[in-house]
Formats: sequence, C-alpha cells, structure tokens
Amino acid sequence: MNSKRRSFLKTAGTASSVAIAAAAGLIKPTEVLAVEWNKDAFAAKGVPDAMKAVGAAGAADSKDILIKAPDIAENGAVVPIEVTSKVAGTHSIMLMVEKNASPLTANFDLTNGAEGYVSTRIKMGQTSNVRAVVKAGGKFYTATKEVKVTIGGCGG
Amino acid sequence: MAEPMKIRATLEGDVANIKVLMNHAMETGQRKDAKTGKVIPAHFIQTVAATLNGKTVLEAQWSQAVSKNPFLGFKVKGAKSGDKVNVSWIDNTGDKNSADATVS
Repeated sequence: MNSKRRSFLKTAGTASSVAIAAAAGLIKPTEVLAVEWNKDAFAAKGVPDAMKAVGAAGAADSKDILIKAPDIAENGAVVPIEVTSKVAGTHSIMLMVEKNASPLTANFDLTNGAEGYVSTRIKMGQTSNVRAVVKAGGKFYTATKEVKVTIGGCGG
Repeated sequence: MAEPMKIRATLEGDVANIKVLMNHAMETGQRKDAKTGKVIPAHFIQTVAATLNGKTVLEAQWSQAVSKNPFLGFKVKGAKSGDKVNVSWIDNTGDKNSADATVS
C-alpha cells in the first residue's frame, strides 16, 4: 500500500514538471507548420540522390502529369512553371531542376480538397529538364520538360 | 519585419483559385556582393502553409531555387464565396509573414 502511494507521488511529480516545462516554453507545442524542412533532400546533388531522399526512386513515367513551362526562358532567374497532375489521389507535387546544383526546388503537399495543381516561378542555372514528381496513393509518378535557358539565374 | 504579401482568391465554379505574391529576396547563398566580394548568405523561404477556413490545404517546402519575390498559385475544390484563406511562410532565419483573403 505504502509503496503504491510512493509510486503515485513519483508519477504525479513527473507529470506536473512536464506541464511546467511546457508552460515555460521549454517544450514547444506543435508549430504552425507541421512539415519539417527535408534538409537531406534539398541538399542532395543530382537527380538520383534527390529522388532517393524523397523516397521517389523508381517513380514511373506518367502522361497524366502536365508541366507548363516556356520552351525557351530568356531569364533563368524567373522561370514560370505550372504543374497539373491528373493522377487520382495526388497528394504531393515536387519540382526538380535536373542541372541545378541541388535539383529539388520545391515540394507541395496538397490536402482537404486542394487540386493536383501548383504554379510558381523558379531559378534555373542553365538549360535543363524540369522534372515533376507526383505522389499519389503511396506511389510516385514523374514527368519532365526541357527548358532552354539563355541567361542563367543562380550565380552572378 | 517582412514586407506585406499580396493574395487573391477567386471562385471559378466550386474551385477557389488562389494566387499569392510574397516579398522575399530568396538569396541562394551563391551570389557575391559586387563591392566586397563576399558571399551573400543564403536567405530564403523554407516552408509555406495555406489554410481554407482553418483547414490545411497546402504545405510546401522550398529551396533557394524558388525565384525572388515568390509566386504561388493553387486551387482548392469545394470552396464557396466568403471562405477564408490564410497563407503563411517561415524563412531560414526564422522570419515569418502571413496574409488573409476572402474567396469571392
């Protein structure tokens, strides 16, 4: 009986100290942005490594992914890219520029009715394939489009 | 404090077409200062989140290769006029910003 009481006090003590730590800001509650920035994937050099880092190695080519981008981009610092995925259950759209030092440029996770569509503007160091990778139902699909760049937009 | 961002949400049928223009240098960490010759440190938006009526619809992670003053466009099905849209970002220095719009 006595020993039970001891252990109860011990547990209660631990629980309250956790609460105090949380209140003091030592343990942060879940941040507004739940998704972690995938450092390894963004630092990956070359498409095979980047694909591996996001878990998309062996992604199947798909005609249901449409990449809208200029054939020739005069300014590599601002290349408009639009990706539409008609793959059912599209959950993520990733963008990679194959010849950039670190190919992975962006990852978009879409939920709660967001359609398989994103539009943005990216930097390209030189003429390269732009690759879109779509995650749907736990599987990966991919498509590419070449964009010719007249003036690079990464160094300078 | 970060500069304000522009956001617009227009309704096309039952799909909200949301367009956001953010103000950010998006420094790659590869450029050199023309005067000092020193590398300008990387400074770029890392994560972007968007909600419709408080529900997360988009979470993005970006690299330095997203253009300066980034543009983001996305579409959400099942939206109606009057729905509230919020878009927020955090950069690699911890700076953050957010903007609201009403679907119309």
